[in-house]
Parts: sequence; C-alpha cells; structure tokens
Amino acid sequence: MNKQNDSLRFQLQQYLIHWDLFLLFIPLLLYLIIFHYKPMFGIVIAFKDFKLTYGVWDSEWVGLSNFTKLMRTPSFIRVFFNTIKISLLRIIFGFPMPILFALLLNELHSARYKKVVQTISYLPHFLSWVILGGIFISFLSPTNGPIGSIMSSMGLTPIYFLGNKNWFVPTLIITGIWQSVGWNSIIYLAAISGVSQELYEAAEIDGATRFQNVIYITIPSIMPTVTIMFILGMGGILNAGFDQIFNLYNEAVMSVADIIDTYVYRRGLVEMDYSFSTAVGLFKNVVGFAFVLATNAFARRFSEYGLW
Amino acid sequence: MVNKNNIGSRIFDLCNIVMMFTFCLSILYPFWNVLMVSLNDPSAGNLTGLSLLPKKFTLENYKNVLSYPEIWNGYRETIIRTVFGTCATMLFTTTSAYALAQHDLPNRKFWTVIVLIPMFFSGGLIPSYLNVKSLGLIDSRMSLILPGLVSIYNLIIMRNYIMTLPKELRESAWIDGSNEFTTCFRIIIPLSVPILATVSLWTLVGHWNAWFDAIIYINDANKMPLQVVLRRIVMEGSSQMLNQIKAEDFGSIYPTAIKNASIYICTIPILCVYPFIQKYFVKGILIGSLKG
Repeated sequence: MNKQNDSLRFQLQQYLIHWDLFLLFIPLLLYLIIFHYKPMFGIVIAFKDFKLTYGVWDSEWVGLSNFTKLMRTPSFIRVFFNTIKISLLRIIFGFPMPILFALLLNELHSARYKKVVQTISYLPHFLSWVILGGIFISFLSPTNGPIGSIMSSMGLTPIYFLGNKNWFVPTLIITGIWQSVGWNSIIYLAAISGVSQELYEAAEIDGATRFQNVIYITIPSIMPTVTIMFILGMGGILNAGFDQIFNLYNEAVMSVADIIDTYVYRRGLVEMDYSFSTAVGLFKNVVGFAFVLATNAFARRFSEYGLW
Repeated sequence: MVNKNNIGSRIFDLCNIVMMFTFCLSILYPFWNVLMVSLNDPSAGNLTGLSLLPKKFTLENYKNVLSYPEIWNGYRETIIRTVFGTCATMLFTTTSAYALAQHDLPNRKFWTVIVLIPMFFSGGLIPSYLNVKSLGLIDSRMSLILPGLVSIYNLIIMRNYIMTLPKELRESAWIDGSNEFTTCFRIIIPLSVPILATVSLWTLVGHWNAWFDAIIYINDANKMPLQVVLRRIVMEGSSQMLNQIKAEDFGSIYPTAIKNASIYICTIPILCVYPFIQKYFVKGILIGSLKG
C-alpha cells in the first residue's frame, strides 16, 4: 500500500517537474479525445435507434436488431458482394503491376530516363479523384472522347465505358491501376535497391542470365516487402476505393458500382438512417480486421514473413 | 549489368525502353487530350480521334470559366483551408511530436499507446459526422481543418526523426536556462527542417485535393472549396453556370470544353509545383516504410 502510494507520488512529481513538456502534449490529447475517442464511443448508436432530437445517450437501445436487419437487406448483400468483387479484381490485376513496373524500371540502364519515367508515373497520385474523374469522364465519353470518336469513325457503336454495366468495373480497375502503379512501385524500388550487389556478382561468375538474376535473386529478395504489401492489401479488401467510385459512378451502373462505403454515405448522410449505416460501417471494420488476421496467419504459415 | 552484349538482352532492353515510353504516353495522353479540348473553339467542331492539337485555338473557354464567381469563391476557400490548415497542423504536430520524443514525458509509454490506438480503430463516417455536427461545426471552415488536424502517422514519423537527434541538445539548452518551449522552437524545429518540409507538403497537397469533408460538412455555397465546385461542374452537371449557358446560347459554347477548362483551372497550381515537390513525397514514403 505504502509502496503504491510512493510510486503514485513519484508519478505526480514527474508531472510537476515536467509540466511544461506535458503542456506541449495537452493540445494533442484534447484533439484525440474530441475527434477520435468521442466518435469511437459514438459507435454505440449501431446498437440503438438513434434519433437526432434525443442524442446519442437518450436514444433507445435496440440490441443487435440493426445487424439482423443488415443481413436481411438485399441492397446490403448486393453492395457487400460488389465490394468483394471489385477488391479481388483490384488485387488480382492491380497488385502485381507495381512489382512488374519496378522490376522493369530497374532494368533501364539510363538513370535519367528512369527518373523521367518515374516522375511521369507519379503524377496521377498528386491529383484528387475529382480531377481524375473529370478527366476520365471527358476522355471516355462516347460522343466527345477520342476512343468514342475512333470507334464511331470505324463504324462501331461507341462504348459508354462509365455508363455500361459490363464495362464500368473493368474501367474502374484499369483507371485505378493507371492512377496508382507508379506510386505503389516506390516501395518495391526501394526494396530492389536494397538487394546486396554481391549476390549479382556471384551469379555473374556462375554465368546467370539477366532473366535468371530477376527470378532467382531480385524476386526472392523482395518477397518480404511483397508479403507485407499483400497482407495490407487483403486488410483493405472491404475498401474498394471510395474516392474513385464516388466520382465515377452514376444511376446507370449503380447495381455493379455501389460498394459498402458509398452505401454507408447514401444511407447515412443522404437518407439519414444513422443507426443502420453505423452498423454497416462497424460490420465492415470488424470483417476487414478479421481479413488482416487471417491473411497474416496464412502468410506466416506458408512464407515465414508476416506483419507480426 | 550482366551479359550486356548478349543479343537477347539487347532486344529486351529495346522492348523495355519502348514499353516504358508507351506507358508514359498512356499516363500523359488523357491529360493532353483534355487540355486540347479545353483550348479548342467548339464552333470549329469537336476534336476527333487521337488529335494532338485543337482545331481552332481559343482561350474563350477559360475566360468563360474565370468569369464565374463560384470558381473564385472556391479558390478563396481552398487557399484559406490550405494555408490555415497546414500551419495549424504543423504547429500541433511538431510540438506534440517533440513532447512524445522525450523520455522525460511523464507516463510516456501510456500516452504513446493512447496516441496509437486511433490509427487502428475509428468511429467511422457516421459517428464522425454526428460528432462534428454536435460540436456545431457544420458550415464552419473549422470543420475542414479540425477533424484532420493531426495525422497520427505523420506525428509518429516526426517523433521518430526527433528521437534521432542527440539528447545532449536538450540537456545543454536546459543548462543554459532554456525551457521546453524555447528548446522545441529554437533548437529542435530548425534541426528538423527536412522532415518538416516533407510533412508540410503532404498536408498542403492533402488540403488542396480534399473534397469529401466539404461535401458532408459544408452546405453553404459560398464556402465550397475548389474541388467541390469542380465536382459540381463536371460530375453533377447541375451547376448554375451550365444552366445559364444552356439557357443563353447553347450553340456556341460546348459544355465539355467548359468542363475541361474548369479541370485545368483547378489543376494548374498542382501541375506547377509537382516537379519540385514530388521528390520530397518519395523521401517521405521511404522514411515511413523504413520505420514502420
């Protein structure tokens, strides 16, 4: 008891001695409480029937009924599968691209050309999806865009890439790769530049070709980075790219383009169904977290690399 | 590197160079096409195919867009949020990173965990929106600055950087009678310029490009930042400007050209600084990945 008191007194003394240091920390603490911890407790409205007039605390508890409602809502089931489908396509087609790009970039001999290619490839990352969306809406327009006009001059019916249910998702995946391939390759380029030069020298003595160097030295050496990026990618499987979809989708493609995040936005902030959409958001976070744990376990089992 | 003289290797090099060139063209061409349409006089006809130049050069589309007050309002709001937002973020991020970097901070481990938790768990869209609403920040410029004031990720990067500076700096400053505030602002901040440059550029470009927060928190048309104004013109097509054009003389002004000119009016500032700032961004991503 006495010992506990002493340690408490010691701690209090520390706050008195270093009050000025702690004072520098207080604004951050207030910020975290107001803008992060308070909304975290706001999640309770997923278990309530939230009414704006009553506020968070006085609204009625409804247990898990928002979650059972969610499982029985056909529109939610549709957006859930849309999200998974778009994310998986992004992983299958999009995940290898920056790796391939980094490997090819690494094979360029001219450092200057490499620099120019890199600088150009990073450009879309610096622009918002409002701007990129505007560019693609104009560029892919069936009437005014270059692709549309080429197709009609060849006597074909121009495809409305952003307004056709069959074409919307492939367009989404390709423009997504277009936007991120350069930026996402940075981390792999760093990993490649960290590979020991001695390995390549030893391989040269053994008469390895460039292709063999890539397959047997470079790729195995960057595998830890690839694994970590893959786990992080699987963790984001329920984030199918809100910014991009929100700026490209429209009524005509709603049935294939609507994802959990756009659904939460519309149900919550447009239709003001606060409790239900909070439940959807919570469900999404829990499932996403489970995906990280599962992928990590899987990666550790089969490749000895993992996040933890 | 290896077998440079091998024929197969040379063919590969050539293909690689051509492929990278094509890749760059595929990145740049949509930007170029949109630019050319915005510089084309619609009365001379639409651009067709892979046209490289406008049919009839004109700046009329830009004049039209610039004559509209919404755009100027948007510029003002974006500049306000970018300048004040970046300054506030840098002030709070550096001071708290300095405090968290010192072993003397009482209960440092505990407070570090408190700082890290929001990186992994968040309330989500609706609770955050209701929080801002309950604070009475709807339609206030503060709603675009305060909720994202400190990025935990940037805070940790900066704390790690400050921790690499020699401890003796703070000790000798203390002996010379300096308190924590003067040590932080006079000694630590001037020594952290490289990381400060990176983080402030991230914040700055982030503010310039931000749009979703304004969509949910701002209803007042006079406080819409540029990105939201652009979104209205390009995506919703419901802007007053287009309605006016439709009503007045739809024949001579071609909405796509107007849309494309608006896209460039919002993008030019970023395009101008991009070549100079991109290397700081790359540096930053590498610092983050090494520590994380």
